[in-house]
Amino acid sequence: MAATGLFLCVFLVEHLYTNLHLYWGDGGKEFNEMSHSMVHSIFIRIVEVVLFASIIIHVVQATVLTKKNSDARPVKYAIDGASMTSSWISRNMGLTGSVIFFFIVVHLYNFFLPYRITGEVGHDGQMTVAEKCAEALGNPVYAGLYLVAVIIMAYHISHGFASGFQTLGLNNKKYTPIWKMVSNGFAILMGLGFASFPVIFYVAKVMGKDLLHWNM
Amino acid sequence: MSKLDSKIPEGPLETKWSSYKSSVPLVNPANKRSLEIIVVGSGLAGSSAAASLAEMGYKVKVFCFQDSARRAHSIAAQGGINAAKNYQNDGDSTYRLFYDTIKGGDYRAREGNVYRLAEVSAAIIDQCVAQGVPFAREYGGLLSNRSFGGTQVQRTFYAAGQTGQQLLLGAYSALQRQVGLGNVQMYARHEMLDVVVVDGKAKGIIARDLVTGKLERHSGHAVLLCTGGYGNVFFLSTNAMGSNVTAAWKAHKKGAFFGNPCFTQIHPTCIPVSGDHQSKLTLMSESLRNDGRIWVPKKKDDNRKPNEIPEDERDYYLERRYPAFGNLVPRDVASRAAKERCDAGYGVGASKMAVYLDYASAIERYGKQQANKLGETGASKERITQLGKDVVKEKYGNLFDMYAKITGENPYETPMRIYPAVHYTMGGLWVDYNLMTTVPGLYALGEANFSDHGANRLGASALMQGLADGYFVIPYTIGAYLSGQIRDKALPTDHEAFVEAEKNVQDTIDRLMNIKGSKSVDHFHKRLGKIMWDKCGMARNEKGLKEAISEIRALREEFWKDVRVLGGKNELNPELEKACRVADFLELGELMCIDALNRNESCGGHFREEFQTEEGEAQRDDANYMYAACWEFKPGVQFELHKEDLKYERIKVSARSYK
Amino acid sequence: MNLTLKVWRQKNASDKGSFATYQVNDISEEMSFLEMFDVLNERLIAKGEEPIAFDHDCREGICGMCSMHINGRAHGPWSGTTTCQLHMRAFKDGDTITVEPWRAKAFPVIKDLVVDRSAFDKIQSAGGFVSVNTGNAQDANCIPIPKDDADASFAAAACIGCGACVAACKNSSAMLFVSAKVSQFALLPQGQVERVDRALNMVKEMDAAGFGNCTNTGSCEAECPKEISLDNIARLNREYLMANLKK
Repeated sequence: MAATGLFLCVFLVEHLYTNLHLYWGDGGKEFNEMSHSMVHSIFIRIVEVVLFASIIIHVVQATVLTKKNSDARPVKYAIDGASMTSSWISRNMGLTGSVIFFFIVVHLYNFFLPYRITGEVGHDGQMTVAEKCAEALGNPVYAGLYLVAVIIMAYHISHGFASGFQTLGLNNKKYTPIWKMVSNGFAILMGLGFASFPVIFYVAKVMGKDLLHWNM
Repeated sequence: MSKLDSKIPEGPLETKWSSYKSSVPLVNPANKRSLEIIVVGSGLAGSSAAASLAEMGYKVKVFCFQDSARRAHSIAAQGGINAAKNYQNDGDSTYRLFYDTIKGGDYRAREGNVYRLAEVSAAIIDQCVAQGVPFAREYGGLLSNRSFGGTQVQRTFYAAGQTGQQLLLGAYSALQRQVGLGNVQMYARHEMLDVVVVDGKAKGIIARDLVTGKLERHSGHAVLLCTGGYGNVFFLSTNAMGSNVTAAWKAHKKGAFFGNPCFTQIHPTCIPVSGDHQSKLTLMSESLRNDGRIWVPKKKDDNRKPNEIPEDERDYYLERRYPAFGNLVPRDVASRAAKERCDAGYGVGASKMAVYLDYASAIERYGKQQANKLGETGASKERITQLGKDVVKEKYGNLFDMYAKITGENPYETPMRIYPAVHYTMGGLWVDYNLMTTVPGLYALGEANFSDHGANRLGASALMQGLADGYFVIPYTIGAYLSGQIRDKALPTDHEAFVEAEKNVQDTIDRLMNIKGSKSVDHFHKRLGKIMWDKCGMARNEKGLKEAISEIRALREEFWKDVRVLGGKNELNPELEKACRVADFLELGELMCIDALNRNESCGGHFREEFQTEEGEAQRDDANYMYAACWEFKPGVQFELHKEDLKYERIKVSARSYK
Repeated sequence: MNLTLKVWRQKNASDKGSFATYQVNDISEEMSFLEMFDVLNERLIAKGEEPIAFDHDCREGICGMCSMHINGRAHGPWSGTTTCQLHMRAFKDGDTITVEPWRAKAFPVIKDLVVDRSAFDKIQSAGGFVSVNTGNAQDANCIPIPKDDADASFAAAACIGCGACVAACKNSSAMLFVSAKVSQFALLPQGQVERVDRALNMVKEMDAAGFGNCTNTGSCEAECPKEISLDNIARLNREYLMANLKK
């Protein structure tokens, strides 16, 4: 869990970096080019496989873990005071993970599928990937879902990131507080970064501004 | 009198043990594999013996009534373990440890046994460190020591206030290793309820599986009782709730003599009783007397708060009476002095049955030291107090926390209230140099035997004795007996002796269950405890002891008519367990009083009011009582006295003085 | 004070069990929690009802035998405290207190509040020791150990094996217990020789016993009466990873 989780965190950084190019205001040129080059890079294709594998392994492991952990206590407590001794998020990684997984499926359906599989987006004469983004994020339902998912993801990371270091045995008296701080900082950064897209694109749409081309 | 042959080897004291070891018969490895040893009890003595014997190749079975071997009450020992290592270069030696122990025991212990104890003490520390016991260390990485009552050297090794825990977990880890290797079979939640004796030799035990209630027969070539002391006869003591005399008492009834039953140690520093609900008493480690000062107000019935009583109105009575040892006099002396002050009307607290243990001056002293160390020359009083508190916290934090939890008071701010409480029993099954009782094949180790502490045990010596017996004595001495048993197969468990013993146990259980009386087991236990504490406690006299004997007899009769044991016998039934134990305490209590009545002298923990000096110190009668009183059980709860005379060849017996 | 007690009653391992409610009056706040149970049991006996079975022994917070889940908390509301050291000062007049046994597949209920923790002994047997036979030791001061290491080892070794970590963990994981033992030896020179096997074997035994996995919620550390640190779990993870790389 720790290895795949931390790898997915690294991916998030890359994803955010790419996405930030949507703000360039160059009509999405830069963003589209990055997307394009990714599709045609052997290296990225390999990483993509690893990425999908990581997600699947992370999910499968999580499912097995949740089941095993639930089985380890066949009779539950009538009064469970866990909330007094641990954070909500640490106890609900399965729940938050499920929401995130659902979002990822939707997310892939919206972007990955039309771009990479069915070829409805991003090819000559079609809507560019950037335009697709702007369109999707202008949709209140999708923007809302995106926002909620991102907030949950940030929570998920706030526990998961530090937890990963603990699982890998990298914690001790000196480092634990640092990892915790880094973990929270990272979660906030990722949360704010990704949350900015639905918020800004939706607000722009409502105000009638063309965010993709502001710099042209 | 041949039954009381102590089998002390001939020769000079210093070489007795080494020449014994070189000449004791051995059992070859092939034969060890077919010899079975039963160990009852899994404390320091039991775990260490079981592990060591299993390492040697014997087949071992271990029984304990708790859910795991690690729970045995040795775990609660706080302060430390003595060893004559002389790491502090303060003149310690085997002889000094031996001498201190004999003197501390008020010249009522055997020279040979005690010298051996002192001799093997150093090896215990080596063994424990090798096992990974995390003793306290100095910054240079070497072991740290502190001092305890009754000594003038620093020979006590410790692990914060949890030395017993760490030592037991060390022995437990050795035991569990042997369990994992298949050399030891562990029977947790099992209680031994009888010894099986055939042709005068111990051949096995009857044990009750406490979960199913089923009686089991276990056969062995030797039986080791490592079952601790019987302080719970007083109901209130520092012992664990489950600590009991049952195994030792059953052995006694099967022919093992009981030695010096009246020698009880009352520990001076315990948290006082707070009410009728009290179920046990909690010890505050003797190590606290290293730094704490004990006092009462000079004025009778002084109701001021301790911090409001000025220095010159405080009576530091131990420092006043015993300037040489001060607050570090032996336990019996400190306890009696506290009782004397309280009885005279100087006691403190709501009950007036307590004295103060004050850390204010230690906090100030440590604070100043620390300020010097940190180069804070002009440190304020508050700063010094804070620094001092930090030092005290590091040394005794867990004990102070415990005190705060129990009493709701902050011991860093206000002096602790303490009062003596029953803690340890020096008496126990009589054993010879081999640790064998008067029943061949039946051994007693650790607190369960009577051997090493005489009439008073010094602090940090119980752990030493338990581990000495288990690691370094029994592995050698058991060969003396087992080498003669190699031709005998283990007694089959369908042997009539097993059948009969099991039937007797079953009958006793049935009888208890069928009384269906009106009073709980605890009701009787509390009443017994009160009789014992009032009349056979810190101070005893002839009149009180005679009354106690008849009261206990009457109480015993009432118990067997009116006790109420609910629940079933074929299931986990803590009430039934308690009832079996209290039934034995009700017989033991009588023997303790008989023994105390017989001993017309005061020595160590046994203080007869008729026998004291003008200054109120204990007055021994060496001419008539320099013997171990060994009692033989006779049918109808009668006891016959046998004497083992104590001969001091090396030590000059003198009056014990700590002034 | 007067209290309402809801206590889990279960005749034996195969019984389904249920809560029973008791009104317990005239309780002094000086009493320990277990003394309050003594009082209740005495009253039950007087009424002819079978008293409540619960594990306890030393009553000074060190043997690790007591094991009650009180109002949703292992060992009750005070941190760093065993059930036997919990005092009634922690409660108010009129409180309702719910008491359950430890709940875990690896700790089956034997009766009422008594559970079977023998799984811990098995884990210990799998590697919680230094293989040194009696009589093989060199002089104790031949092995100097830095004070900080000795202190850290002691802090881990202070574990009393009560199982509160398992009881508190939402996954019934025994990682804190196992890590404390592994840490004690990993921090000492005496423990180095068997370091690899110890981590592998103890973890294997832990998994076989049916404990859950650690998801780093931290409840164990919060409830541990001896305040054993989560750092030990990180150390166990490290030891286990390294051991797997080596073997």
